[in-house]
Amino acid sequence: MDLTAWLAKASTDADARGLPALKPLLETLARSTQALRDADAEFSHPAADHTPADDAERSDDDQAAR
Amino acid sequence: MTKLPGSLREAAGLVERREISPVELTRACLDRIAAGNGDLNAFITVMEERALALAARAERSIAAGKYRGPLHGIPISLKDLVDVAGMPTTSASRVPPRLPAHDAPVVTNLLRAGAVIIGKTNLHEFAFGTTSDETAFGPVRNPHDRTRSAGGSSAGAAVALLEGMCFGSVGTDTGGSIRIPAAACGITGLKPTLGEISTDGVVPLSATLDHIGPMARTVEDTALMFHAMLDGEPRLDRVPPEAAGPLWLGVPVPYFFDKLDDETARLFGEVRAALERAGHTLGDIPIAHAERTADVYLHIVLPEAAWYHGPLLERYADKYSPGVRLRLEMGRYILAEDYLRAMHARTVLRRAVDRALEGLDALCLPALPIGAPPLGAASVTIDGASEPVRAVMLRLTQLFNITGHPAIAMPCGTGRDGLPRALQLVGHRGGTERLLAVAASVERQIIGGDGSVGGGTG
Repeated sequence: MDLTAWLAKASTDADARGLPALKPLLETLARSTQALRDADAEFSHPAADHTPADDAERSDDDQAAR
Repeated sequence: MTKLPGSLREAAGLVERREISPVELTRACLDRIAAGNGDLNAFITVMEERALALAARAERSIAAGKYRGPLHGIPISLKDLVDVAGMPTTSASRVPPRLPAHDAPVVTNLLRAGAVIIGKTNLHEFAFGTTSDETAFGPVRNPHDRTRSAGGSSAGAAVALLEGMCFGSVGTDTGGSIRIPAAACGITGLKPTLGEISTDGVVPLSATLDHIGPMARTVEDTALMFHAMLDGEPRLDRVPPEAAGPLWLGVPVPYFFDKLDDETARLFGEVRAALERAGHTLGDIPIAHAERTADVYLHIVLPEAAWYHGPLLERYADKYSPGVRLRLEMGRYILAEDYLRAMHARTVLRRAVDRALEGLDALCLPALPIGAPPLGAASVTIDGASEPVRAVMLRLTQLFNITGHPAIAMPCGTGRDGLPRALQLVGHRGGTERLLAVAASVERQIIGGDGSVGGGTG
């Protein structure tokens, strides 16, 4: 889930549960989550070097055309 | 008794030689608790009757020639997250306590070693904090300055040791909860290798990050406690030999040195210089990805804590301290994808620390970036910048909960502000014994019995 959408939903839920004090903490958490996601390549996320087959084929075609 | 023995080892020698009786020793500790606990809030439950019965039993056993080892007849305390059969485990909360039918395995092991359990100590509620001012049993006050925190979460344990209310304590450490109060109070605390001491029968915070370990006044006392806490045949007569020859120590820069207050930086510099003068080699060593530590930690500890507390939050939300409740509620919003992302990062961080330790005896760094903060402080100032107190206090310890490496905090002097500072040594995974040997060398050669740098004998 996109973190902007996540934060909006979480903040709405916190309000609905009578926990408005949670909202600034959720904003801090969103920044931390974004930082963690941004570090996927650094942490060698298993899909980080995944090249989709159609991209690979396109690359082969490009090379053949040259 | 006018003067209590200064260490567990000294007390054990007196008990073994029958120069002091376990009952006498236990009464002396109970007297200290009665005199100091009202203000310091170190203990939640004092088990006077049970402790005196255990001490009397130990006395009879020793008189009959059945001395079991250095813990026999020695008063120790347990953090009140640890189950003792028939005693409430309060977790320092207004949430109704659990009443366990069985002792936690670590308690069984300590009783087998002949220890006298004297009571259960105060903590940051459910171990979810570093300042121990969110507790249903009064804020734990630092004996060095009673307006200041004793750290957390195992603060009562550290204060009890410092004040002579017991000779050893059992703490828990999920992000630094043994090492932080040890540093704030000027005692010694060990987080062993992950899984080395059973966490069964202990109220969890994070199943992945929780460790249980000993706290005491010296490295030797910490080692004696550690051996008694392990499962299996007791290794009670073992004292860590000092590491032979020069040590090779890595100083993990830059992340762990980015945010230190002036006195912590100054005293660490003195320790480093003293170690080098003593013939040891210290070299700067980076730990890859260390700057990601807090993000990874947060995405593991929050959902795991929320998982345990979910049912309790549904029933007793208003019983939690507001700050603890909000942190637990935050964990209920973390997506499974991000939790698993952090768990994957954990394996990478573990390899990074393994690599940093290659060819070294230990990593060497401060245990806490600041002196004990004022009770109730939400932020502290470092280099003119305001920093959240909780994040700062966890900064130097939490990586080694993520990676599972053993780590020990030990005093390294007192700042000009009158507050203790502490050194942290981090060993190889599975190498807790070796870490204790390294720490024993550093303690003897560098720290000295009075806790001052250069006060050692070597």
